[in-house]
Amino acid sequence: MVHICTVTPISMTVGANRIVPAIAIPHPLGNPALDPAEEKDLRRHIVEKALAALETEVEDQTIFD
Amino acid sequence: MSKLKVVHYINQFFANIGGEEKADYPAEIRVGEVVGPGLALTQAFGDEAEIVATIVCGDSYFNENLDKAKADILAMGKEHQPDVFVAGPAFNAGRYGVACGTIADAVQEELGIPSVTAMYKENPGADMFKQKVYIVPTKNSAAGMRAAVKVLAPLALKLAKGEAIGSSAEDGYMPNGVRVNFFEQERGSKRAVKMLLKKLAGKEFETEYAMPDFDRVAPNPAVKDITKAKVALVTSGGIVPKGNPDHIESSSASRYGEYDITGVNDLTAETYETAHGGFDPVYCNEDSDRVLPVDVLRDLEKEGKIGSLHHLFYSTTGNGTAVASSKAFAAEFSKKLLADGVDAVILTST
Amino acid sequence: MKLELGHIHISDIQIAPESKIENGVLYVSEEAVKEIVLEDEKLKSVALDVAKPGESVRITPVKDVIEPRVKVEGSGGVFPGVISKVDTVGGGKTYALKGMAVVTAGKIVGFQEGIIDMTGPGAEYTPFSKLNNLVMVIDPIDNIKQHEYEKAVRFAGFKVAAYIGELARGLTPDETFEYETYTIKEGLEKFPELPRVAYVQMLQSQGLLHDTYVYGVDAKRTLSTILNPTEVMDGAIVSGNCVSACDKNTTYHHLNNPVIQDLFEQHGKTLNFVCQIITNENVYLADKQRSSDWTAKMCKLLDLDGVVVSQEGFGNPDTDLIMNCKKIEAEGVKTVIITDEYAGRDGKSQSLADADPAADAVVTGGNANQVIILPKLDKVIGTMDYITKIAGASDETLRADGSLEVELQVITGATNETGFNKLSAR
Repeated sequence: MVHICTVTPISMTVGANRIVPAIAIPHPLGNPALDPAEEKDLRRHIVEKALAALETEVEDQTIFD
Repeated sequence: MSKLKVVHYINQFFANIGGEEKADYPAEIRVGEVVGPGLALTQAFGDEAEIVATIVCGDSYFNENLDKAKADILAMGKEHQPDVFVAGPAFNAGRYGVACGTIADAVQEELGIPSVTAMYKENPGADMFKQKVYIVPTKNSAAGMRAAVKVLAPLALKLAKGEAIGSSAEDGYMPNGVRVNFFEQERGSKRAVKMLLKKLAGKEFETEYAMPDFDRVAPNPAVKDITKAKVALVTSGGIVPKGNPDHIESSSASRYGEYDITGVNDLTAETYETAHGGFDPVYCNEDSDRVLPVDVLRDLEKEGKIGSLHHLFYSTTGNGTAVASSKAFAAEFSKKLLADGVDAVILTST
Repeated sequence: MKLELGHIHISDIQIAPESKIENGVLYVSEEAVKEIVLEDEKLKSVALDVAKPGESVRITPVKDVIEPRVKVEGSGGVFPGVISKVDTVGGGKTYALKGMAVVTAGKIVGFQEGIIDMTGPGAEYTPFSKLNNLVMVIDPIDNIKQHEYEKAVRFAGFKVAAYIGELARGLTPDETFEYETYTIKEGLEKFPELPRVAYVQMLQSQGLLHDTYVYGVDAKRTLSTILNPTEVMDGAIVSGNCVSACDKNTTYHHLNNPVIQDLFEQHGKTLNFVCQIITNENVYLADKQRSSDWTAKMCKLLDLDGVVVSQEGFGNPDTDLIMNCKKIEAEGVKTVIITDEYAGRDGKSQSLADADPAADAVVTGGNANQVIILPKLDKVIGTMDYITKIAGASDETLRADGSLEVELQVITGATNETGFNKLSAR
């Protein structure tokens, strides 16, 4: 499992092992200030990071910045 | 009105049998007898309750013959059907405290009789049993007997009567991890200022809430080849089909939803929304992909970057939802995820 | 800065042809209030009602609770930057109408918040059951955006509270209280031996129904900064948030901030109340880091010995709370934090979403998940249409006998984290 979230300290506190930082609380995988195409690119970028995290061995809680 | 029945458990020392040299004294029940600290308890009970039997057991005997001692004492206790079982006070005697905690817990669990005990906060029995049995904190020696009985007796009576037990601060037991609300004498801001003045002066103060612990799980091994993996989406952002058909709560969720996204390539304002009441929902309701990235995962699926996107996603509202509830939801749907051959999960939160 | 705050006790509110205050009774002209509220074209109608302590009345969904005040001497007017022009407040003389409040209610698309019961078990959990409440149930025009509706209702509340406060201008207060803080040098000279203490107030700043305004500025756009504690007594900070109802600060809470009052009580005696520091709770991690860095930096710069920190809200703001606490403690400044808890209905779950050993001195406003049964009351001001959608309610809320099974979460002000109430937990 990989956790995509904005407030990574909470993710660390509650014990997630693979963490990917998101944009903001109301739109973790989006940014309404961007135009739709740019926003989708941003979203894809975060999801790709998450997929890479899933493929990475970790020993401790790790934030994939 | 007949008095409530109490069975009292003490060790060889408090029964005046002897000290360490008599710690191997086998468990015995003295019916109709009040012994040692039982006298103080009886006085405190007034005419509301009486000790119908006292069980005496050596600390070494108990700890070295755990199963037999437990079974014997349970049988003795069962016979008398007390309204409450009181063990100790054990003060700082370690084996005695552990024995008190063990037997009180067993009586509660196996006989369904409410139990209470008392000991010093550093007695190993305290940490071991305070979450299972009410334990009244005492001083670290028998010099604290009077003070201990003063709190122990009323709590025992409450338990015997089946009355609701208040917060640890009100009813005088060691905080046991179950938070109970109650009204203080003073408002919170005043309590805060007083606490700060004590802290600044280097004086002892008591926090109203000790920082919580969260468990840890070992990291799973990495996915070997994500391009072959079945990936599932789970969210605490409360994403639901428009109209929230399962009525997932906006806070303190009592349920989670399982939703089928077969044939869904994109979440839109017409088809999905959030049930979560803890964040500004406007952006999410315009496009729920901003919380649950279905559109992007579909693209990645088409391009062969992942094996497949699982056709079900799981969703609940994180807002104000208890850890225990979240744990229970996940334990349940994780079984389904495994059964459905899912290899990895992307969990999103708001 | 010194403020004289005069209290005028209001014992009753009556709807009458002419607005005035006489012998402790507030007479309100419905016409006048409607005119003020409907000045805003975005609002379609307003219904006025009065709810008194002890009456079998339920007010829901509650948006804000505001205490009418008027500035009679000194610069500025109440609610600077919002109703009055921008000008520094907190000095001179202000009158407050005690024993009453203006309550705004009405449906806002989304999650409808807040219940105030004037009697019964629910009344024990909200301070507003003890006040004479002038309730305005406000309806918007059709096809209005949520943000616009929220703003219109918010302003309506302040406008009416200011209008009613104005009625007290010529009166003589029943009692007067003086609050004075000093400049850094003055304070050091006056109280060289007393511990230097400040109040760090965290402000909710997360979007629709989750916002706070400082001199009219949206708190999410602010950097942590310093205030004279008397400024909030003139409405320098106002509420734009009510979700969840139990732990959001209404404007009434801001005007009557109890941490400020209790620190003033000890000011000059056991501590030197240096100032108030405000900091926000934004939705970006970088903002959380920046704001808490700034707060800790200021605590150090001001040579403080200790602070009382009050949170607003729960969940992700627990991270702001813990960041503030950790960083301030790391500067050698002692903290006591005031929070509330979400320990689950059985009280067994972790109460906070974030934690740190540095937070060793905590005051709690209670577990917001505690379930309570609110009996059916005779009258509802507002609407019960959304009762199952409020944060803290569910499908199971409405029971066959008309009573409500809800969490304390739904009651306005129930677990307030400025320490307003006596509710606690162990």
